[in-house]
Amino acid sequence: MRFLGLTYLGAILAFLYLPIAIMMLMAFNQSPLYELPFTFDLVWFKALAGNERLLTAGWNSVWIALVSSAIATSIGTLAALGLARNEFTGKRFLQLMLFPPITIPWLIIGTAMLIFFFWTGVGRGLHAILLGHVALSLPYVIVVVGARLATHGPELEEAATSLGARPAQAFFRVTVPLLAPGIVAAGMFAFAVSFDQFIISYFLAAPGTSTLPVEIFTAIRKGFTPEINAISSIVIIISMSLVLVVSRFYRFGGER
Amino acid sequence: MPGAEKHLRVTFLVAPAYLWLALTVFLPLAVMLFFSFLTAVPVGAREATLTLQHYVSFFTKKIYWYNALRSLELATYVTLACVVLGYPVAVILTRMITGRAREAIFLMIILPFWTNALVRTFSWTMVLRGPFDIIFTYPAIVIGLVHAYLPYAVLTIYVSLQAIDERLIEAARALGASKRQAFMRVMLPLSLPGVLAGVFLIFIPVTGSFMEPRILGGKDAIMLGPIIESQFTATFNWPLGAALSFMMLAIILLMLALGYPLLQRHMER
Repeated sequence: MRFLGLTYLGAILAFLYLPIAIMMLMAFNQSPLYELPFTFDLVWFKALAGNERLLTAGWNSVWIALVSSAIATSIGTLAALGLARNEFTGKRFLQLMLFPPITIPWLIIGTAMLIFFFWTGVGRGLHAILLGHVALSLPYVIVVVGARLATHGPELEEAATSLGARPAQAFFRVTVPLLAPGIVAAGMFAFAVSFDQFIISYFLAAPGTSTLPVEIFTAIRKGFTPEINAISSIVIIISMSLVLVVSRFYRFGGER
Repeated sequence: MPGAEKHLRVTFLVAPAYLWLALTVFLPLAVMLFFSFLTAVPVGAREATLTLQHYVSFFTKKIYWYNALRSLELATYVTLACVVLGYPVAVILTRMITGRAREAIFLMIILPFWTNALVRTFSWTMVLRGPFDIIFTYPAIVIGLVHAYLPYAVLTIYVSLQAIDERLIEAARALGASKRQAFMRVMLPLSLPGVLAGVFLIFIPVTGSFMEPRILGGKDAIMLGPIIESQFTATFNWPLGAALSFMMLAIILLMLALGYPLLQRHMER
């Protein structure tokens, strides 16, 4: 029974990782037509180094992810503090409002943003993508930081205040250090949400300037070469390392 | 703290985030609803009047309602496959593996989930064209989507299995239930909230998927998601696209409304 169980688990893990492994392996294969036998070559990574279009898109992806996660983490943390430490009418409503951006398919949200930004003159482009990415990350930040806030009550801040700390001191010396793991995890979540986001960016990208996933999608549809495998491998490695780092700060469900 | 001051402080804290969400998610949805009743995009001198024609088209033109059904059919297959494949994984994780190994394998299962969905879909084009050669077919779409959403099922079922008091299963066994009975009568019913949560989390985004069908599906990719996408990127009939988006949203809300009492009943236990 145990053997059967472990075999099944192995098969599922193979199902999850084999395609990614094969895709990465093909980035190092010399043949432009993905032909076997496998001949190790770095030619596709060299080609990538000279591909201005993909490199620019990659740089766009990185700075948009950095800026949008910084914005989402700061205003999201404030909102989490406002929601966690106070009882007020409409609080339940505000909490419920976090669900539509997470649950409504991105296709619908993306097309709605396209129409709205076009109609109001905001237009398409990297600035529109940035606006959209912050919105997508916000609910995650509020939930993750909120979960961290729920692990301890206001007693510590109250103790600090009663011992003579000013509210600002209590906030920066007590609340922020307590929240730090949650804030770091939320920031990395937000980075990952933005860095991997394709659908919203696809609808909001102006012709010619876009993010990496949009460029990869365009390339896949036009007929791709192992160069796409090379850039895809880099993207996967970045995301996976990020999640592994996050997992040191934040438990993904379940008890330790 | 005085009420007014507290009120001001809360407003100051939550306002930036919620204003942002209002201006980039909720207001755009409202404007899209308005657009879905227009004859044309009101730009420049173009005349746009109110109409119901796009919603009428959805019900009268086969290409729309039929492909909406195809999206639902796809979501059903993918959801079923994820639950059937994911349930045993969750059981094995909770009952056969402990400590650090469990933590590591759990992380390995949800790790792909946090990587680029587009790249993972692309990776299947390498595998499915090779020895199997089922790229650009319906099964290829299903495989790609199951790969994308299986971690959701494992995650939600695992969480609900973990919450089950081990003594309940032991009690059932001690009172003479067979392993099968203990599973069917105790464990499965207690884990249903997790299963249902997984079903919702998978069914909704798969109904709205367009990228996976586009990359893996070839001519089988024609479903509601890709049709909506092409209204915005190819044919530029935005009002029709808006109406189709809202029909998709309506279908999803209907599914939620049908499923919610079920979820609630199991939550109460």
